[in-house]
Amino acid sequence: MSDKDKKQDTNISRRSFIKGVGTGTVAATVVPAAILVGNEKTAEAQTDQAISKAEIQLNINDTVYEIEVEARTTLLTVLRDGIDTGGNNVDLTGAKLICDRGECGGCTVLVDGKAVYACMMLAMDAQGKQITTVEGIANGDNLHPIQEAFVKHDAMMCGFCTPGFIVSSVALLNENRKPTLTEIKEGLSGNTCRCGTYPFIFDAVETASEKM
Amino acid sequence: MDKFSYVNATSLKQVTSLLSDSRWGEVMVIAGGTDLLAELKEYIETPKTLVNLKTLPGMDSIKADANGLTIGALTTVSDIAMHPTIQQHYSVLSQAAASVATPQIRNVGTLGGNLCQRPRCWYYRDETVNCFKKGGDMCYAVDGLNKYHAIFGDGPVYIVHPSDIAPALIALNASLKIVGPEGDKTVKVEEFFTLPAANLIRENILQPNEIVVEVQVPTPNPNTKSFYLKAREKGAPDFALSSVAAVFEMTGKTCQRANVVLGGVAPAPWRSPEAETVLTGKTINESLSMNAGEEAVKNAQPLTDNEYKVTLTQNLISRAAMMAIS
Repeated sequence: MSDKDKKQDTNISRRSFIKGVGTGTVAATVVPAAILVGNEKTAEAQTDQAISKAEIQLNINDTVYEIEVEARTTLLTVLRDGIDTGGNNVDLTGAKLICDRGECGGCTVLVDGKAVYACMMLAMDAQGKQITTVEGIANGDNLHPIQEAFVKHDAMMCGFCTPGFIVSSVALLNENRKPTLTEIKEGLSGNTCRCGTYPFIFDAVETASEKM
Repeated sequence: MDKFSYVNATSLKQVTSLLSDSRWGEVMVIAGGTDLLAELKEYIETPKTLVNLKTLPGMDSIKADANGLTIGALTTVSDIAMHPTIQQHYSVLSQAAASVATPQIRNVGTLGGNLCQRPRCWYYRDETVNCFKKGGDMCYAVDGLNKYHAIFGDGPVYIVHPSDIAPALIALNASLKIVGPEGDKTVKVEEFFTLPAANLIRENILQPNEIVVEVQVPTPNPNTKSFYLKAREKGAPDFALSSVAAVFEMTGKTCQRANVVLGGVAPAPWRSPEAETVLTGKTINESLSMNAGEEAVKNAQPLTDNEYKVTLTQNLISRAAMMAIS
């Protein structure tokens, strides 16, 4: 935790902590000398102070985005609607906002290689992690074997759930190269397809597992 | 979600102090957040500050030795489900963990969060309903839609405890460690959970300034067979309609000791001393296993729409007993 070392330096700032908790006495008891350095906003995100917004860095598909978020901003909101500090839209709309309750799987992304619901993860918690969205699955113009298999098996109808299924399938095959049908069903059980194309999706994952 | 501020925790002392200096619900702790964020999105909870426990060091690992398991409260449900020693020697626990929700939730959700998650009751989860659980004066499930509600526990709140891991831990005689401002204490997981008669609003003994930090599971007897059977409405991931965590110490087909704990049927994980008494010291066969199921549900008090849970629970217990001799 090099950030913890860093904050031993200069510039005491209890401002945002007091703003957050609302009582000076609490601040006095728990943050005797929490200290920030350099770009205060960026450092804040890594300290033990209460913050309601911060400028953070997120590594998404091997690109680092600098972005200001509120504490309540989810990773999914950043991906779809985030604007970086240079004024550019993040614009990674592959992950879909559907249920927003961690049930449908439309927003599935990889965080350090594991499938998670981006709608149920705070953006601040995604700092320092490797985030991969469906946009980062292909290698340039070369589709990932799972994407090829989805095309081959026509594993979609309306296609709205497809990005989530692709990402979950990648996570599954990364952990288990030769899953059985039962394991495929279990691995994809966090994703829902209202068109009911499940059999084609399962076939696609089987085909991809043979090629990988 | 309303706005809140966020504190990355650096020590347990800091966490308990932040919690002590606020009203209940004003400062809340967050780990995986898969349950809490849903509550925030529905305005069931509206904290001013969240304390992020994930930055606490050394609380996300599983230690397995001759004495048993020590599992940090920040360990993900996936890590418990996939742990080789747990799969081999504590199968009821790995099966229960593997049955929780979906891969995406298990990858993020933690042990502590699973034990402390709030009820799924649709009245509780409705922002506009002020029921007993939110300081109101009635349980809307009694005269309302109660298909998924309790058949044990004597009310007056009819939620069911949603944890799959809790019944497994109780069946394994596990304990958990709680840290508060005055230090730590260890309690049996069974004694951690409370019924509405003791506390209408909360489901466990945690005080507002305490958190769960660790679970300890003693090594089971080598002749143990254990299972977690969970009935869901469909094949898809879901909370249990009814579940059975069963730990049997066997000599051949004779059950020396039985721990039978039910999930999804009461406001707290529900031990069945009736089923345990029927099975203990007896040779298990089909009629004995049927009898264990029947005795377990003898005192069930179903509501208007959940009588099916009585039969379901009875059959799950019988099936678990038969699995001990198969």
